Amino acid sequence: MSTLVDLLSRPWPWYVAGPLIGLVVPALLVWVGRPFGISSSFRDVCAATIPGKLEYFGYDWRDYAWRLAFSVGVLGGGFLAWQVLGPADPGGLSVAVSEATRSDLLALGITDQTGLVPRQLLSWEALGSFAGLTILVLGGFLVGFGTRWAGGCTSGHAITGLSNLQLASLIAVIGFFVGGLVSTHWLLPIILAGLP
Amino acid sequence: MRSLFLGLAFGFVLVRSEAISWYRIQEMFRLQSFHMYGIIGSAVLVGMASLWLIRRYGIRGPDGEALEIAPKETGGRNTRYWAGGAVFGLGWGILGACPGPIYALIGSGHTVFLVALGSAVLGTWLYGALRDHLPHY
Repeated sequence: MSTLVDLLSRPWPWYVAGPLIGLVVPALLVWVGRPFGISSSFRDVCAATIPGKLEYFGYDWRDYAWRLAFSVGVLGGGFLAWQVLGPADPGGLSVAVSEATRSDLLALGITDQTGLVPRQLLSWEALGSFAGLTILVLGGFLVGFGTRWAGGCTSGHAITGLSNLQLASLIAVIGFFVGGLVSTHWLLPIILAGLP
Repeated sequence: MRSLFLGLAFGFVLVRSEAISWYRIQEMFRLQSFHMYGIIGSAVLVGMASLWLIRRYGIRGPDGEALEIAPKETGGRNTRYWAGGAVFGLGWGILGACPGPIYALIGSGHTVFLVALGSAVLGTWLYGALRDHLPHY
């Protein structure tokens, strides 16, 4: 039993997590009859909640209830993995990132590197700061806008699309990567410049 | 029900492998570890092998339908893919979470990501509003 708890609480290596995530592609296809993709659920949320006559949201979101159910499942999975079977002291835990990353982030002013995400930037308290507000609001906005323009996110393009050998997804994934490099190396230092 | 269960499993793995961690995404874009590349790369390989098996053995869906993922349309300059992808990447690099992890983070108790979710839905809505004015191909 203690081995099981140990197995569940230690960070899973990539060669366990990656193949399990890859299996979501055939599982959704065979059991639900749908291709794997998460970000379209944002569109369903718009269609279900925001009033208006935009053609893009003029469909019955109930036809895509499986996507919302999947998203609710991901939420529940997060709860199960962290709140129910999570570490005893989740706040004090440190993610096992490399020393190089730690020192780079320290140089950017991120002094508290405990927790799953840095609470200096990503917490309700940090929302009152320029850096925290920018990261959550601008970051979320770009993710939502970009993923619909590109027609998919990491799950729909990088995992499903590349698995399906789609040229469109290869182009999109290169775009993801270039954008990420630019924001990590140029945008983030600007946003974090005001950190105390 | 089945998709709820699959979502549950997916969210669980995302948290357990630390893939939902902002630190991990920073590490990935700073090319300082193989972890995230290993996760995405092996997921693609398993996905690819599964799709091949589904085709090879003609496995059918829940309603007996043939299973085929229609490839996304390409053409012209493919603007929507590289430009939309780059915008997504800019957000991913600072937020440290893509759509799946946003949901998993909220569930795991990092409720401030509700703000990111709201903002992402707003971004999606704005895309819908501007769609006819944006270049796609």
